[in-house]
Amino acid sequence: MKTPAFKSSSLTDNDTPTGESTNLAQHKQESFDVKAIRARFPILSRRVNEKDLIYFDNAATSQKPTAVIDSISDYYSRYNANIHRGIHTLAEEATLAYEASRYAVQEFIGAAMVEEIVFTRGTTEAINLVAYTWGRQNIHAGDEILISGMEHHSNIVPWQILCQEKNAVLKVIPILDDGTLSIAQYQQLLSEKTKIVAIVQVSNALGTVNPVKEMIAMAHQFGAKVLVDGAQSAVHLDIDVLDLDCDFFAFSGHKLYAPTGIGVLYGKQELLETMPVFQGGGEMIKEVSFEHTTYNDLPYKYEAGTPNIADTIALKAAFDFIKSIGKDQIRKHERELLVYATSQLENIPGLEIIGKAKEKVSLVSFIIKNLHPQDIGILLDNLGIAVRTGHHCTQPLMKRFGIPGTVRASFALYNTKEEIDVLIAGIYKSIKMLS
Amino acid sequence: MNQKSISEIEEEIISDFSMFDSWEDKYEYLIDLGKQLPELEETFKTTDHKIKGCQSSVWLIASYQDGQVFFKADSDAMIVKGLVSMLIKVLSGQPPKAILEAKLEFIKEIGMFSHLAQTRSNGLLAMIKQMKNYALAFQSIEELENK
Repeated sequence: MKTPAFKSSSLTDNDTPTGESTNLAQHKQESFDVKAIRARFPILSRRVNEKDLIYFDNAATSQKPTAVIDSISDYYSRYNANIHRGIHTLAEEATLAYEASRYAVQEFIGAAMVEEIVFTRGTTEAINLVAYTWGRQNIHAGDEILISGMEHHSNIVPWQILCQEKNAVLKVIPILDDGTLSIAQYQQLLSEKTKIVAIVQVSNALGTVNPVKEMIAMAHQFGAKVLVDGAQSAVHLDIDVLDLDCDFFAFSGHKLYAPTGIGVLYGKQELLETMPVFQGGGEMIKEVSFEHTTYNDLPYKYEAGTPNIADTIALKAAFDFIKSIGKDQIRKHERELLVYATSQLENIPGLEIIGKAKEKVSLVSFIIKNLHPQDIGILLDNLGIAVRTGHHCTQPLMKRFGIPGTVRASFALYNTKEEIDVLIAGIYKSIKMLS
Repeated sequence: MNQKSISEIEEEIISDFSMFDSWEDKYEYLIDLGKQLPELEETFKTTDHKIKGCQSSVWLIASYQDGQVFFKADSDAMIVKGLVSMLIKVLSGQPPKAILEAKLEFIKEIGMFSHLAQTRSNGLLAMIKQMKNYALAFQSIEELENK
């Protein structure tokens, strides 16, 4: 049994996420030393606007440790070659390293087979792949696709396009005031017409952890497939696709300390086998004549063209980095930051946190009465603090809360309470300047 | 009627900002400029007048009188409102040709937005583009009428 996703009942200091560390215990863990960890991220020593950089935009993309940066440079310096076809030594080394990353993904998300791991450019491409292949094959007029009201645009638009093409219906699971999904209404929306549920595991705008395991089981009772958008969850939670029993799972490397341009689509083998191909080209074929082409086996069937070899190899370096510290340790630290930031922010007059789910990852979205998030963001930038402001690519969600956007501070393993103190002081200063 | 040329007004703004050393003072001055900008009547705050490409809402209206373009604008964000206020100071009351030719170097000169990305993310570029679009439209109408 793999480690379950963390559960917690409230935001208190002693309520750190617990989970069996059976599979993590295999890896030798260093004790959590944030100073030592920061030293492994070269960018953290840079200055912005003559101030020390404080990077709180981790939910947009995380910074990269030296190990990841070096692995890209090492590939190009020592064994750059095209993969799978070459018989020479460099091609063999590159192929081995590339495929080692696929095994690393299999382990990272607990997939049954390595053939179920398809490399994509990121979460967005992974979702589009499913919408364009499985969707076109299986969605018909009158069918229903279910998403939630807290989806990122990339888990809305591909389904919208599919619905328009197929005359199918897109239905939305509503959100409650605390930023959680209405499971009661989800139950009511499910029916024999529901063909797929596409749901985010962790909201990028609110931090809410959705009970996807239960939601998947509910959908399966109606024979619907489930795609889980793991863009935000993969870095924070222990992912076990077998335990979740999801049909598809999509995530991006760049939010978990790996480079941009590499992501993953996990799909159950029987689905990936029967789905039509996505893009045509090299790598994805077995034999080509002008009359007929036979396609390659899984997972190559979905990987047309020369892939992003360097960044795929670096993805494994990112997993190794995470393992070297341990997700449990990381979560404990991030949880402390979340609890601390939440309590400090709540003390600021006029500040309201948007998204108060009991189960949250380490991000806080907030608004300040009578102040525009953009103003806060611009002033904080002058203090060297990088936060995200705006709608976070979740315009329908912002509409649901009746706000133009929020200020979002998202924390990673290298952030500290001292940095949060600077943020809090910066917010007070911004409020003073703006009023 | 605006007697000063665009570059003269730009020089004034540059000189105003040069009085401040710290970024805080510059921003506070910019925010003050925004506060001085007369509020746009609610009836004009419609989607038609909204500038796309801004994180905050910016509404811009323009009118044409005696060969000069007059702008009125508003925003729900204070720093952006300050930026709008500067643009209006510089461009409102000017002939279309001058607006179209304006390089607006003062934005760089005041030392707050040295990067192009900064002007894009705060909507400044979109605002300038929209103001120039208005100038171009008025210029075209006049050319047609004079034919």
